[in-house]
Amino acid sequence: MADTIKFPIEASHIMMFARSIGDTNPIYHDEEYAKKTEVGHITAPPTFPRAVAQFDPDYHLRWRPNQPWFGSGKNPSSIEGKPKSSGGLHAEQHFEYHRPLKPGDVLTVTTKPGKTWEKESKRAGKLVFTETIQEMRDQNGELVITSRGVGVKTERPVDQG
Amino acid sequence: MALSASKLKVGDTHEEVVVEDLSRTQIVMYAGASGDYNPLHSDEVYTTQAAGYPSVFAHGMLTMGMTGKMLTNYVGDGRLTKFGVRFTNQVWPGDTLTAKATVEDIREEGGQKIVDLKVETVNQDGKVVVSGSASARLDP
Repeated sequence: MADTIKFPIEASHIMMFARSIGDTNPIYHDEEYAKKTEVGHITAPPTFPRAVAQFDPDYHLRWRPNQPWFGSGKNPSSIEGKPKSSGGLHAEQHFEYHRPLKPGDVLTVTTKPGKTWEKESKRAGKLVFTETIQEMRDQNGELVITSRGVGVKTERPVDQG
Repeated sequence: MALSASKLKVGDTHEEVVVEDLSRTQIVMYAGASGDYNPLHSDEVYTTQAAGYPSVFAHGMLTMGMTGKMLTNYVGDGRLTKFGVRFTNQVWPGDTLTAKATVEDIREEGGQKIVDLKVETVNQDGKVVVSGSASARLDP
């Protein structure tokens, strides 16, 4: 993940994101409606800040031309010898909101690593947790969103018991 | 519509069915919008044959996003100050999810009324898939 990412907040991106979570609230796509609300403009759903992945040049979960990709093509995985448990799952996500997002905002997102810890689990073997903290500041340097994510690498696929 | 502190009490709840019979297409829409193209969420061949799961499954953030829809419907737009969850079980195509908020505390912070909510989303078998908390600004 890049240390600093520019994250432009765009109305069409918000509209597509809201559709994907099944949220038909017009504040996410109807400018005329949004003007009459307390917020006063189109804003983004509360979990939208993670869509910063679209703007991370190094994001590892996006297919790219002429680079190995671990999803299926001719074979179930196009990277040979990949362990069966590729293991990266999302364990926790926490947001703090300082003001509503607005189309036209350009956030500067800085990422820093947090804690790392381990746990034994019956369902997936050894678990390694890694915390990532992101601060999202607007064009005036004001803090808009703080995001703390915890990822987990599992020793084997999670047992569906 | 925002909530009023005067009309709210500890123990009040709000719940919504946030998805019925989750489709693989919705999961693909979430991948496209969020930018998380992990094949575990859209590539059945990879997920079953290489990763060892019974089928593709939803992004944790899709479930959190649908849980957030219940929250903004309850507390109003632009009112959340915090929202955090743990992902406790995977969500699969075909799942029906119900998200619920429970009022845990109503307090004042710098002259502003704040509600603290417990947040939980369960699947059709009552299994908790997302568990966490949220806080929001209230009208007086």
